[in-house]
Amino acid sequence: MWDYTDKVKDHFLNPRNVGEIEDPDGVAEVGSIACGDALKFTFKLDENGRIKEAKFKTFGCASAIASASAMTEMIKGMTVEEAAKVTNQDIANYLGGLPQEKMHCSVMGREALEQAIANFKGAPVRAEEEKIVCECFGVTEKEIERAIRENRLTTVEEVTNYTKAGGGCENCHPIIQEIIDRELSQMSEAPAERPKLSNIRKIKMIEETLEREIRPALKHDGGDIELVDVVGNRVLVATRGACASCQASDQTLKNFVEAKLRELVWPELVVEEVSA
Amino acid sequence: MKPVYLDNNATTQVAPEVLEAMLPYFCQLYGNPSSMHSFGGQVMQQVRKAREQLAALLGASPQEIIFTSCGTESDNAAIRSALASSPDKKHIVTSRVEHPAVRALCAHLATQGYRVTELPVDGEGRLDMQQYRRALTTDTAIVSLMWANNETGVIFPIEKAAQMARERRILFHTDAVQAVGKIPINLADTPIDMLSLSGHKLHAPKGIGVLYVRKGTKFSPFLVGGHQERGRRGGTEATSSIIGLGVAAELAQKKMDIENTFVKGLRDRLENTILNTVANTKVNGDRENRLPNTTNISFEFVEGEGILLMMDEFGICASSGSACTSGSLQPSHVLRAMGIPFTMAHGSIRFSLSVYNTDEEMDFVIEKLPPIIDTLRNMSPYWKTGAQLCREA
Repeated sequence: MWDYTDKVKDHFLNPRNVGEIEDPDGVAEVGSIACGDALKFTFKLDENGRIKEAKFKTFGCASAIASASAMTEMIKGMTVEEAAKVTNQDIANYLGGLPQEKMHCSVMGREALEQAIANFKGAPVRAEEEKIVCECFGVTEKEIERAIRENRLTTVEEVTNYTKAGGGCENCHPIIQEIIDRELSQMSEAPAERPKLSNIRKIKMIEETLEREIRPALKHDGGDIELVDVVGNRVLVATRGACASCQASDQTLKNFVEAKLRELVWPELVVEEVSA
Repeated sequence: MKPVYLDNNATTQVAPEVLEAMLPYFCQLYGNPSSMHSFGGQVMQQVRKAREQLAALLGASPQEIIFTSCGTESDNAAIRSALASSPDKKHIVTSRVEHPAVRALCAHLATQGYRVTELPVDGEGRLDMQQYRRALTTDTAIVSLMWANNETGVIFPIEKAAQMARERRILFHTDAVQAVGKIPINLADTPIDMLSLSGHKLHAPKGIGVLYVRKGTKFSPFLVGGHQERGRRGGTEATSSIIGLGVAAELAQKKMDIENTFVKGLRDRLENTILNTVANTKVNGDRENRLPNTTNISFEFVEGEGILLMMDEFGICASSGSACTSGSLQPSHVLRAMGIPFTMAHGSIRFSLSVYNTDEEMDFVIEKLPPIIDTLRNMSPYWKTGAQLCREA
């Protein structure tokens, strides 16, 4: 059984915004029934140019439905420019994370959003024909490049988890490897904004930030925080003292601790509370 | 919530009679059957009895029964032994719909200098016996074909296939994990050389299996160690599990009729009602030659994982051949081998019943399932199109 978060289950069992808007401002159709998942997404703007309504229809597994539901919730009230900045990682984070093998569901949500925005700006509903790398699942070179860049993927298996490319006959594995090599070398040539962070360095920086920036503020209110583990971008912490029994500690963790860690350590960190 | 357990091809409940028979062999009668003292010796008596019970179920003689740890071990032991006993032959014949225990092993052996022929199946999951005949060569060391398919329940004509192998002096192994206890098997009347079965599919515990090896068949052990199982499988006997499996075999023999009347009746009612009440559904596999407890139904335009998780909310347990549930991105290899279109394969659900299921449970599923399919179809971008297509057709 997949290890879905409660939030994924909630958005699957009680999906928000199912349906289709008549006369939408932007519309997109991504995926196909043969691939195993597909998404039709429509949105409408209000008079101030903010997204008033967003609706989806999904064929796919629980996480595909949950990702589409989450995406439509996230973008309501955003301008088109703001919505264009939503990444697949944002969608996954909103759901409290997705199993690695299911990350392609969040990518599908982001693709639909992006395409619907392009449609709003005048592009056709279906993206124009592009160079297909994975014939089995119809994944284009552009999609693969983008997933590699945005999620810093380094192996063919990761690319498959995020885009499905290479998950069928596997004939395209050498091409995917070439794309990875090319993208990685480009990324290392332009290290400016986001140097790669080793795990040890990441954990150290998290420790330091907790010690320097976060603990003093919490202790001021009689609370404390302890780092339990770091798994990928998930920072597992336990709260102590007043924080442990505080009603607002969820808010504190998200709005203060996570925000600080994202600002000072790594922009994709997610703070999760564990009992330890 | 008591589960409505319709996933018996995955594993089964241990029968209360089986558990009861096993319990004394943990804390009281824990002796080693190989010991010289009578404390161990009395356990040996019970292991012998279990061997007789298994032999009776299969129509075999007790010395043809080797206890193993599971179906996978039995499959591995059988195929590797066949290859070891005819080292000059390098060809294996199997099918595209085998369980991974055979399929993955053959794929591995293909990298070790063996040639593997995977026989295709038709849209109903049936073998083409002409093609099978042509696949058998003088270089073929072993044929390994499953008796009944775990996903669809489709039964292969194993006795006939074994006969054709025998005529060419080729060893024949069958993975009968799903067939044993559900359809009558009498190995004395067949030319089958080796057969695998697994305890936990017939109400014995997990971690116990059997490999039947016909008397006179050359055998080379898979687990080399002590003298247990007459030197054919080293390792101290899992006494309590073996004794439990013996009781399970006896129960299975007694309940074979119930499988083919009561259980089959439940399955047929479930299947027919679903087909009649839910549009765009289809049974996968040959409905004639099929296990009495299994049905594999495709629900078009929806995805299996969603169906499973929504049924799970009501405690209904089943499984799916969809890609999303397998961890891979493609639907089950069995449905693909049958050429089931992806649109159908993604929405396939397998219900597998046992003698412990009831009429009330079928009513419950029949009540809960159609609204689940409706909910998911209303969410699906393909559903409307599909319904329109149907009306047009």
